[in-house]
Amino acid sequence: MAEVQHQHPPYQRHHFESVAQQFDATNFAMWLFLLTEVMFFGGLFTAYLIMRNWYYPAFVEASHHLSIFWGTTNTAVLITSSFTLAMGVWCAETRRKSGLVLCLVLTFILGLVFLCIKGIEWHAEWVDHHVPGLRFSDADFINPALDPSIYKEYHDRPLSPGMALKTEEYFFLYFAMTGMHALHMVVGICILGFIICRAWAGAYTSGHVTFVENFGLYWHFVDIIWIFLYPLLYLISRHT
Amino acid sequence: MSSATIVNLPDPSTARIPKMNFLTRENGLLSWLLTGDHKRIATLYLISITFFFFIGGALAGLIRLELLTPQSDLMAADTYNKVFTMHGLIMIFLFLVPSVPATIGNFVIPMMVGAKDLALPKINLLSWYLYILAGGVMIYTMMVGGVDTGWTFTAPLSTHYLNTNVISAGLAVFIAGFSSIFTGLNFIVTIHKMRCPGMTWFRLPLFVWANYAASILMVLGTPVLAITLVLVILERTIHIGVFDPAYGGDPLLFQHLFWFYSHPAVYIMILPGMGVISEVISTFSRKRVFGYTAVAFSSVAIAVFGFFVWAHHMFIMGISNYAALVFSLLTMLVAVPSAIKIFNWAFTLYKGSITFETPMLYAIGFMGLFTIGGMTGIFLGATGTDIHLTETYFVVAHFHFVMVGGMLMAFLAGIHFWWPKWTGRMYPEKISQFAAVVTYIGFNLTFFPQFILGMLGMPRRYAAYPPQFQVLNVFSTAGATVLGVGYLLPVLYLTWSLRYGAIAGSNPWQATGLEWQTQSPPLTENFTEIPIMDHEAYDYEWLERQQAKEVASV
Repeated sequence: MAEVQHQHPPYQRHHFESVAQQFDATNFAMWLFLLTEVMFFGGLFTAYLIMRNWYYPAFVEASHHLSIFWGTTNTAVLITSSFTLAMGVWCAETRRKSGLVLCLVLTFILGLVFLCIKGIEWHAEWVDHHVPGLRFSDADFINPALDPSIYKEYHDRPLSPGMALKTEEYFFLYFAMTGMHALHMVVGICILGFIICRAWAGAYTSGHVTFVENFGLYWHFVDIIWIFLYPLLYLISRHT
Repeated sequence: MSSATIVNLPDPSTARIPKMNFLTRENGLLSWLLTGDHKRIATLYLISITFFFFIGGALAGLIRLELLTPQSDLMAADTYNKVFTMHGLIMIFLFLVPSVPATIGNFVIPMMVGAKDLALPKINLLSWYLYILAGGVMIYTMMVGGVDTGWTFTAPLSTHYLNTNVISAGLAVFIAGFSSIFTGLNFIVTIHKMRCPGMTWFRLPLFVWANYAASILMVLGTPVLAITLVLVILERTIHIGVFDPAYGGDPLLFQHLFWFYSHPAVYIMILPGMGVISEVISTFSRKRVFGYTAVAFSSVAIAVFGFFVWAHHMFIMGISNYAALVFSLLTMLVAVPSAIKIFNWAFTLYKGSITFETPMLYAIGFMGLFTIGGMTGIFLGATGTDIHLTETYFVVAHFHFVMVGGMLMAFLAGIHFWWPKWTGRMYPEKISQFAAVVTYIGFNLTFFPQFILGMLGMPRRYAAYPPQFQVLNVFSTAGATVLGVGYLLPVLYLTWSLRYGAIAGSNPWQATGLEWQTQSPPLTENFTEIPIMDHEAYDYEWLERQQAKEVASV
């Protein structure tokens, strides 16, 4: 019996019958966890869609104040980071240690770039008095000509004071959704840092790739959340 | 063996508790706090939820004492609000939700499916730590003055009007939610991926099916509650909201999001209990559960329907008449799978060789009380009668019949049923039968009068009431005292039995589940070798052949 056990690779946990079962189980658990995340964000998306339906003019004009340039750049950054991570998983599976570390570091950097750009955008909202609760003014929406660059592009009509107040609702949901997404990015980047250290020590290039692969699922999931946030927050109100 | 009992204990003069078992394998506090063993984590959970049960129970005692007299004299009205809120929060999130799954489920599910442990032991331990953290934050909330929103955190009351500790209470529930998500996730993965050879889906004990269905609800529902509470907390801290109409929000949206979790949560709180009842009824009537497949699927059906009935909590809150109509109809539909279970248990009893050990008494109590609780749910699900009955004591009585008469009875049935497996010792039979009967009487005395009070129009959540309601309230308070004795007794004699109980042997009930085919208390890895399931669930003839074989080989 003891000899049989020694044939198990060291990373197989004692309660699994085989490595295949262990991989299957942890992989399945990761998918289930992502399902709970879908439900978690689902509540926010529901709130956003209902509010957007109710206060349509406010949501349209408020979304004109987001920077489509930075939003698009960030989408590209995030998709690229998913690509580098997918390459990393492939490197781990084919046991290329330096390739794995390179891909993980690239993903790490791209993740940080995403957060920096997000920071630039949030800072712009702060400057424009669009941070609900802390620093907010609806003057831009009662008199759109106050912000000439946006007025030139969209020719937004002035909102009634009641409707202009609802732009705060838009920015609240904007900060809640992108903030929750950014929080998931921060958690992901921290785990990624840990994985890079372990990969440097050669942990994932000896046949045991479960952890990297499951982390990949998480990263792609966070990416997909953004793929939904980007059109909902930035794009669908762009027509004039 | 007399026909009055099926208990089959080893000869007390030679019987010993196996030296090597999961309790004795390692010693010291750290070996418990860092354990990955599902049986030890279940034990930790059992101790912690019992602790919170008695805190919640003490608060219930205060509520009943206050309601002994029509005036609000024991405490001020706003203290009363805090007491019933804390009672609800603690009982629901720190007792009922984890009660059967995290203790009994954690303990027996890996054994029932023939595995050495749950699929993710560290996540299992993390779930317990999250539970303890949630409990700590909840106690902190109580220390600094409590919260008085009612357990439902109704917006805009919770977001705008109250200055009590909504944020820390919300945080506690948020954390407890993640603890239950991890338990549910672990169960689903284990049941899918860890079954032993030969253990097909339709050979699983019905307890596993019931917990599987409850786990689906935990995994899908709880995150929605989490995000709702995050929004409530944000709304309180920065005063911008999606729920408060004063800020342009929609309080109905809060109700939708909250009840999208909290109605399925009701089934999280009852399905695992139904699983216990299936096991107990089958064992003590020596028969395969009648209509095994129907009972298995009815659990899943309850889980699925459970997600489409939430708006019946909102009939008087201004949802459209058409929505009320549809949700009323869907609510009636949940009665179908619930009735399938009750009828099938009744048919299992029919022509069975019934014996009345303590778990069976609790199980029969469950069947009676749950049926009343379920039937009165129909009154509340019908839109017309709901307008009269909602927010009265009728609702309070209804959900206590389901939660306390149902789940708590089932929890006690399960604790007694698996106690010999857990500790290796029997509980004392006579006094525990007495406790089961006391609980049943006390329960009915406490909550049946509340149906009448509700019908007469006594509203819930008030410290004072008109004097003509006093007689029934005195009945209810007297019943609560009896009920308290009924709950205190098991703590005493179960603790006593840890040392002085008779040695149970591996299968005192002659039950068929895989967990009974290993020693008690089990080894850390449950089985000496992974079992092979070569028969159907609840196959008592297989068990007889097995025992005959053992006798022959001796």
